[in-house]
Amino acid sequence: MLELDGITAGYGAFTALWDVSLRVEAGEAVAVVGPNGAGKTTLMRVISGLLPLRTGRLIFEGADLSGQKAYDVVSHGIAHVPEGRRIFPALTVGENLKMGAFLPSARSHYRESLERVFTLFPVLAERQGQRAGSLSGGEQQMLAVGRALMSKPKVILLDEPSMGLAPVMVLRLFDLIRRVREEGYTILVVEQNVRQVLKIVDRAYLLEVGRIKMEGRASELAEQDFVRKAYVGA
Amino acid sequence: MVDPLFILEAVINGILLGGVLALLALGLNLIFGVIDIVWIAYVDLVMLCMYAMYFMVTVYHWPIVLAGVGSLVLGAALGLLVHILIISPILSSPPINQLLATGGLLFFIQSFATLLWSTDHRSVRVNLPVLEVGGIFISFPRLISFALALLAMIGLYLFLTRTFVGTAIRAVSQDRDATALMGANPLRLYLVTSAVGGAMAGIAGALLIIQYAVHPYFGGAFGPLTFMICVLGGLGSMFGAFVAAFIMSQVISVGGVLISTEMGYVVAFVIFIVLMFVRPGGIFTKRT
Amino acid sequence: MSCGRLLGGLVIAFLAVEPFLPLGRMREYLVHVIVQIFIWSFIGGAWSLMGRFGLVSLGHGAFLGVGAYATCLLWNFFGMTPWIGGLVAVLLTVALAVVIGYPCSRFQVVGHYFGLVTLAVSEVIRLLIIAERDWTGGSLGVSLKPAPSDSSVWALQFADKRVFYYIAMTLWLAGLWVWVRVDRSMASRAMEAIGEDETAAASVGIHVTRFKLGITMLSAALTAVGGVVLVQYLAYANPDTMSGIGVSLRIVFAVVLGGMYSLLGSSVGTALTIALSEFLRIYFGIKLIGIAETIYGLVLILCIIFLPSGIYGSIREALRRRSSGSSTVPV
Repeated sequence: MLELDGITAGYGAFTALWDVSLRVEAGEAVAVVGPNGAGKTTLMRVISGLLPLRTGRLIFEGADLSGQKAYDVVSHGIAHVPEGRRIFPALTVGENLKMGAFLPSARSHYRESLERVFTLFPVLAERQGQRAGSLSGGEQQMLAVGRALMSKPKVILLDEPSMGLAPVMVLRLFDLIRRVREEGYTILVVEQNVRQVLKIVDRAYLLEVGRIKMEGRASELAEQDFVRKAYVGA
Repeated sequence: MVDPLFILEAVINGILLGGVLALLALGLNLIFGVIDIVWIAYVDLVMLCMYAMYFMVTVYHWPIVLAGVGSLVLGAALGLLVHILIISPILSSPPINQLLATGGLLFFIQSFATLLWSTDHRSVRVNLPVLEVGGIFISFPRLISFALALLAMIGLYLFLTRTFVGTAIRAVSQDRDATALMGANPLRLYLVTSAVGGAMAGIAGALLIIQYAVHPYFGGAFGPLTFMICVLGGLGSMFGAFVAAFIMSQVISVGGVLISTEMGYVVAFVIFIVLMFVRPGGIFTKRT
Repeated sequence: MSCGRLLGGLVIAFLAVEPFLPLGRMREYLVHVIVQIFIWSFIGGAWSLMGRFGLVSLGHGAFLGVGAYATCLLWNFFGMTPWIGGLVAVLLTVALAVVIGYPCSRFQVVGHYFGLVTLAVSEVIRLLIIAERDWTGGSLGVSLKPAPSDSSVWALQFADKRVFYYIAMTLWLAGLWVWVRVDRSMASRAMEAIGEDETAAASVGIHVTRFKLGITMLSAALTAVGGVVLVQYLAYANPDTMSGIGVSLRIVFAVVLGGMYSLLGSSVGTALTIALSEFLRIYFGIKLIGIAETIYGLVLILCIIFLPSGIYGSIREALRRRSSGSSTVPV
């Protein structure tokens, strides 16, 4: 479904990703793990179109999306939940979700999508009229994911969802991701918390200093000693 | 001692004046809040729309309502032009360049207007009665202006809160990248914002021409007042601008009656400077 | 390099003796124009002391206006010699600078917001001058009362414009000296740090408010001095040409055009803009009122869009690129 072929990208003179290739099949949950500064967030930004790629191709459902801007990429069905949530702080919860349905294709199903999100995350329904900036970290993460779901995506990119969350919230978060997965969404998640994320995905890639060092089934990677020792998870 | 009836009349006139001032301040704040650039030449765009109204009504004999709509459309078009020709090329320039660009626009518009239409004052005659309620005289054009200004502001509020595009405009002022991730093109949103801001200038122009005469340096009177209102309310704050507009208009109106028209303005300005000393971030900001 | 030095030397030589060259009627006109260039370059330089560190003031018309009007009115009404009147004017201007500058520094009013606040203040000064027309003359301006004798140092009025020529030149040179001193001082480095990142600067112990306020006060004081000399030379003050947004923008434009970060930037920019104004005035005369200003505004806009580092700055960059031979590596 989603295929990255030899992607090189970076910021200015600095190259963050070198010849990165990976794929995500429909219905799968795939993780990209690695230490700080490996380039995981850069990878997400390239896929969603926030950052231009220098070489390589980005193929989604057979179509070449390389070089497209973020607001176009999302219309193909790729939703990006950015690092740090990036919800709109001065808008209400309801308005944030409304923004999620901005795409014309999503607008027509606005009510339906909203119901679905509220069923998945009842807390958001309770706090509909509340300013998003006043929510707790965990609630904001739920809002960010819910907002992504509003665009009726085919694949959801999750960028470091556990970042900045208390340990108790982290467990709840990964449960949430599992539930979203069960709804049938294809997921690509980027995480530092290796142990937790490997429990909920099918396959994973190891990204180090901008290059893919390893790939395999989640269960296989979880057994790798040095993976477990080097990147401490909760 | 001044007749309390005069003061009441001044208060009412102040409120009526405040309506249009608020409209001007909101337009300026909308653009600044979203695009982060101050259009120093904003009130001069209003002046151009006032001239357009003058020509549409007195020269081409359009019915005034139709002319008003024309002014709105012209305003929106001017807003788009300003953004496309002047603002977009300098979106990432340092603030000083951005300020100078819109400042240069001010020079250009004011002198171009002088070139085209000379410095003669022109006004639109409206045959409307002066209302008298219990001894207080209220100018009908002023009352209508106030009502229409309120309607325009309500319309803006509804646009920004109820529609997708309006919500997106508020979103893009908070987080540009995240807005792009929603499928909304930030640059296109800037265009819409400029058009809306310009439309408000167009409406204001239509409302002002029936109360005041227009001349190329009209911006010299209303411009500084609008800027002061925006600064007083906290630049970027729609609510602050709204309140500040009425505060200033009250000071000017009541001060004008108590002392003299000129002194009304002087008092307003002095209050502005004092408030700037105390709360330069605007009267609603908390002191940190 | 020697070509530049030669050119510079010729210009200096010319400036030094211009008032005595046998150029007929041209000479008087040139004296007039060059005096204006000297004074406005000085004022522009004063502005750039703030501008180059990120404190973009669009309200220097306020300082100029207070400086000019205070001196003029103190002379007209109280016979106070402009030497003292000017001092009073400078003190008043500095007080205004503190009133506006202190809260802005403390509450971190910067960028567009600061520009708008200063713009509003300059307009307030202009409108106050016009409102108090009983003693300021309003929009018509006020003339400096002629001194008892034709030329008087005490009254700072001289029949022979050439005296003003050398006064203005001294002023201009003094301004350059101040600029160099500020540039080389510790204050300059502190201000640069503040301009880059205020919080970081504060965290290494730089007293942000004190520096910002200090530069503001210096800039205001010098601008006021420029206003004093200007009103003495013109023997006339007018609220539209000496306060308000119009003159404030012109000052800024001239400096930015010439290049804010170089010593001669203000002078080059001012010379260019005054030359442009004079050319347009002569060319169009009174035929088409407003055309000169229209073109001025248009040129300003085009320069901002296409020459962001100013004419002087762009030329320097172009020369540097040619001499280095290689294109700069994009970072």
